[in-house]
Amino acid sequence: GCFVFKPSVKKRRLSQRIAHDFSNRNDNSEDAELRFFTCQSLWNQIKLETEKVQEDLNKQLLDNLLSFLSRSHSEFQEKTSEWTCQMKFREIPTAALILGVNVPDHDSTFRSLSDLLQNNITPYIASLEAKDCPGIKNLMQKLMGQLMNCYIDVDSLEDEDYVQVSQNRIRCSMSSLIKWYKTATKKTDCEIPSQKRTSSSKYWQSPPVVVIFKDMESFTTKVLQDFIVISSQHIHELPLVLIFGIATSPMIIHRLLPHSVSSLLCIELFQSLSCKEHLSTVIDKLLLSDQFPFKLGEKVLQVLINIFLYHDFSVQNFIKGFQLCILEHFYSQPLSILCCQLVDLKKRVNSLSYDQCENIRRLPSFRRYVEKQESEKQIALLTTDNFLKEETQKLLEDLHVYHYNYVAVLRCLHVFTSSLPKYPLGKQIRDLHCACLENQVWETEEYESSLQLARMLNKSELVTMLQQCVEILLSSSGKEFDKTVEKLKEFLTQFQNLEEAFQERDVSVSSQKELQKKTDLYHLQKTLLELKESRRSKKLTKFEMLRFEVVDYIDSLVRKYLVPADHRTLHEILYFNTATVLRGHLNAAPRTALHTALNNPHWYLKNEALKCDEGSISNKAPDICIVYKLHLECGRLINLVDWLEAFSTVVMAAEAPNADTASSDQVDDTIHARFIRAVSELELLGFIKPSKQKTDHVARLTWGGC
Amino acid sequence: RRALQVKFVPDEEVLQHIADDTGIKARKDKAQLSFNAKTFVKKLENISDNKAEEILEEKKYIAALGICAQDPMENGSSVSGGEIYSFQTPKRSSKMAELASELAQTPEQNVASDHSKCPEKTAKPSQSSSNFMWTEIVWKCNLILLFAWQRAVQRRHMFLLLMHVFSSPLQSKKKEFVSTTPYRLRKRLAAPDSHLESESEYSASCSEEEDEEDQQEVYTVLSGQKTPAKTKAAPTPPPRNSLAKKNKEEKMSNLVEEYFEAHSSSKVHTSDRTLQKLRKRRLNQETLHGLLKKAPLAYAAEIKELNQQHESMFSKWMLHLHLGFNIVLYGLGSKRDLLEKFRTSLLQDSVHLVVNGYFPSITVRSILNSITEEVLDHTGTFRSPLDQLEFITKRFKEDSSLELYVLIHSLDSQMLRGERSQQILAQLSSLPSIYLIASIDHINAPLMWDQAKLNLYNWLWYETTTFSPYVEETSYENSLLVQQSGSLALSSLTHVLHSLTPNARGIFRLLAQYQLEKKDNPSYPGLSFQDFYQQCREAFLVNSDLTLRAQLTEFRDHKLIRTKRGADGVEYLLIPVDVSTLTDFLENEDEDV
Repeated sequence: GCFVFKPSVKKRRLSQRIAHDFSNRNDNSEDAELRFFTCQSLWNQIKLETEKVQEDLNKQLLDNLLSFLSRSHSEFQEKTSEWTCQMKFREIPTAALILGVNVPDHDSTFRSLSDLLQNNITPYIASLEAKDCPGIKNLMQKLMGQLMNCYIDVDSLEDEDYVQVSQNRIRCSMSSLIKWYKTATKKTDCEIPSQKRTSSSKYWQSPPVVVIFKDMESFTTKVLQDFIVISSQHIHELPLVLIFGIATSPMIIHRLLPHSVSSLLCIELFQSLSCKEHLSTVIDKLLLSDQFPFKLGEKVLQVLINIFLYHDFSVQNFIKGFQLCILEHFYSQPLSILCCQLVDLKKRVNSLSYDQCENIRRLPSFRRYVEKQESEKQIALLTTDNFLKEETQKLLEDLHVYHYNYVAVLRCLHVFTSSLPKYPLGKQIRDLHCACLENQVWETEEYESSLQLARMLNKSELVTMLQQCVEILLSSSGKEFDKTVEKLKEFLTQFQNLEEAFQERDVSVSSQKELQKKTDLYHLQKTLLELKESRRSKKLTKFEMLRFEVVDYIDSLVRKYLVPADHRTLHEILYFNTATVLRGHLNAAPRTALHTALNNPHWYLKNEALKCDEGSISNKAPDICIVYKLHLECGRLINLVDWLEAFSTVVMAAEAPNADTASSDQVDDTIHARFIRAVSELELLGFIKPSKQKTDHVARLTWGGC
Repeated sequence: RRALQVKFVPDEEVLQHIADDTGIKARKDKAQLSFNAKTFVKKLENISDNKAEEILEEKKYIAALGICAQDPMENGSSVSGGEIYSFQTPKRSSKMAELASELAQTPEQNVASDHSKCPEKTAKPSQSSSNFMWTEIVWKCNLILLFAWQRAVQRRHMFLLLMHVFSSPLQSKKKEFVSTTPYRLRKRLAAPDSHLESESEYSASCSEEEDEEDQQEVYTVLSGQKTPAKTKAAPTPPPRNSLAKKNKEEKMSNLVEEYFEAHSSSKVHTSDRTLQKLRKRRLNQETLHGLLKKAPLAYAAEIKELNQQHESMFSKWMLHLHLGFNIVLYGLGSKRDLLEKFRTSLLQDSVHLVVNGYFPSITVRSILNSITEEVLDHTGTFRSPLDQLEFITKRFKEDSSLELYVLIHSLDSQMLRGERSQQILAQLSSLPSIYLIASIDHINAPLMWDQAKLNLYNWLWYETTTFSPYVEETSYENSLLVQQSGSLALSSLTHVLHSLTPNARGIFRLLAQYQLEKKDNPSYPGLSFQDFYQQCREAFLVNSDLTLRAQLTEFRDHKLIRTKRGADGVEYLLIPVDVSTLTDFLENEDEDV
């Protein structure tokens, strides 16, 4: 079943070959290489950035863990007697690490954790996974293997053969582990004065042994229990610390371990940041920053977020999707060569070839732009390459500026909408971002209602929001906001003045208060009527006027800056928006594809004979489609004879519609063979299986599905 | 059943709804309102506005995912999930024939697959014969349909009624009818006096206790003959309030009910016809191949076009492979040729491994072995696949110039779909210098992978629907139900028997002959031990029942016979081989002797 093919030819270098693949697309291969390297460098930057984000987010957690670990066995270092008397309780210090449901994402956390421990606390770290430890024996084996290996790493390799022997021969038991620990610590002790001072001095005299259970839920309870009971017996000789990686909830510890065992643990809980917050940070740092020229369009972002929220909660997969977006953008869009930092832009625009200029002219957004210009300029844009280049550069710079401003105003708007009741525009900034990218946000119903809600905010909220907006705008790099900031500050001072001058507002508040109380229907009606009266009659207070003004001003900002990206000229160069490709690659639906192919072969095979209405099938369809369609009519068991007969009826009618072939009772051999093939293909696809319940019957494996 | 739910509504909320000048008319409020009203009337689940929100979100999600371009390379995403996984009315024994005849009858037209109308439709083409008669019949059919649907009567019952209805006009208007009735129906109706026969054509089988199936079958056949129109314990009729029908939840619960209704009884009614009665010789593998080769491939041009579309993606595949993704191909049709083409066109000057996953004896071990032995030139054995994997990982990490492309045809085959195999393959594929490209076919293939494995595999999915026949993939399947050549069973029979004494052979022959004599009796339980002993004594084959028993034990050990205790406690002996094989066997024996 396996065949290996070995060529004799020597290969080229990998990076060259990738670049070669990249440029393999027939058109525009001239600057494919440059495009590829832009793509790669962009991706590397983004990767670094995400790693940094992850590190920052984990920092708090890891610091807490670190202090816990150093605390846990501090007594062991100082006075052994006291330690033993305390450890009469035989409690093992344990850290329960709650990491969220997506297990694959934990790996990076554990990696950074063990790196950190290695550098700061102890060289003795073993991380265990459930799939390696079906029994206590395997667990001990794995544990000792890892511990003794790291022992080699820390010390010099001079006594390698000793360790080798020990690893193979030694009986995997707790006592041998303790023996090993004693010699190891002693050795480091005596070596410290001589040579290894610098490297070993960062550890304590007798560093704790840390055992990490990466996926605690999948361990067999028996193994865990045994291990805990055994090691608790030896805790006074071996300073052991356990770390449980937990994906669900801390309750699981008590469900897995009976009280007699869990009482041997001294558990401290550590909660990592939820993956949603992690995602928010990533989006904030990757998408809503002006660091990277590449941007995601609305649909693409929606697909990525949906995969995250509805499928896996995995930030890693989100980043993988992002990587794919970058790749796809640079691969499929020849103009993506201009998707670079502003610094390089001028050079790249100037070196555009004739073909590339034509590509620009072909962009739909550019054509819209041209149509709006005066006729002379139109001609210049369409005929003179140099003019086009200048214009392109200007437009692209505009696009970058647009993005700066967009992000700043988006954040301001988010400050407002995130505090409104029921969050008509979404709680997270990503929702708002999607809404703004999708279409002109001020035309949506949700925006309307949120403005109305904003018009009812009270003063203190309004003031804090305005202050936040001022901060955001000040910190943003756009230069256009000086005026805006001034205006907002003016609003703030007005509010200040208002407070001093105006006290009447209390009355209305009290009337509001009254309404909060329980009343009967009669009273409610009365107060409502009164309220209506008063509203109609009362003039707007100064505060209300000011509030309206503020909201209107925000509205004007939104209308000015939050134009959807695809309304901008040349957005195709910076924004990636082909969501279908992305969805096809990341979130494929193999069963849907099969269903379509079987039910509607015309979708794939563009033949007129196959064309037919929804839910039906032509009798000229491929054999497997007909057989599939016929089998849908059956219950749990299918009689092969009936099936064959039905099939041959259909096929013969399709081949010779007029001849009265049905009269011959015998089924043609070829048709029989075709039937056999189709049936065995259905079996391969998993729709049916042979059944022994009745002779010449097969069982259906799917239910329904017309 | 209905309960009133009283809920305290605070004033602010009332105010919110009444005071229109506050102007909060968010959509969600409305939703909440309507849901409140609903909970008032019916005791459904506590639908809070959280749930309403969820539903809204879900819709949004579906909408977002459902965006599809007209690109033919995309999925047929116009199909919603409901269509694929929908439920269907159970028990349809003659539906297939109906559909077939429909398809045959209307060669140019398309056939709507609305099953509830099927009987009416088959009747329609012959409307010209006698309008009055036919309208009456159609009316009757409708009545019966309604009746059947209402009571959830079994299909068989309905069919009999239908037969009754059809046969009455048949006697008078036979001629016109015959020329236009669908094939299958005509076959039945042409001989109205074979009523009984067609009845016995239907019998039930039992889903459990496969070992005792024959006995059960006998029983059910008997009971079926006695009470041909016996109805099952009538399940609860579907709710009739047609107004509330549109309610999604109700529909949902209906579907669920239907499912359990269909699976509640262990019996399934299908016709009893077997391939043997068709008097067709069974095809063996070679003739099958020959016949299929002669048959022209339908839509060859279109299929070629499809393949060309896929081939244009080859360089992109390479790019993705090199950037650390692995590629999985899905879609209807064999992807073997496509992968072969990819291999010959792009992988010629690099080390690659082709794994035929559909090969019945492939194991992960053999894959790993071919990597260590042939790619890494390592001679030595490993204690476990995990060790081997570790070795491979180490070697690939040490030597960065090592690269390996792995092509796996049918990653979801019987042998590779196990959890451990997939784990090992996933770990293998996660190595940066191993590039995996695999194809899957089974509808449930994605269930093999959990989050951890998916993460290791790092798949990029490519849809490659090719519509090419699965020639290689199915040729290994020895369970090819239809054309089981029986050559395997036959050869094993002869081989085992050849190693036995002539007496033992004679004993087996006796049993086989007796079984062949009774081949027409579907309720044949086997030869009872006492009778058998008697016959063997008469043929001078054994002298005591102890010797016979010893002989039978040997047969049983070789799985040549099966014994079974009947209802009366008598032991019955049976050769578990089908009749044609048995005949062949006896013929062979005769030649030898």
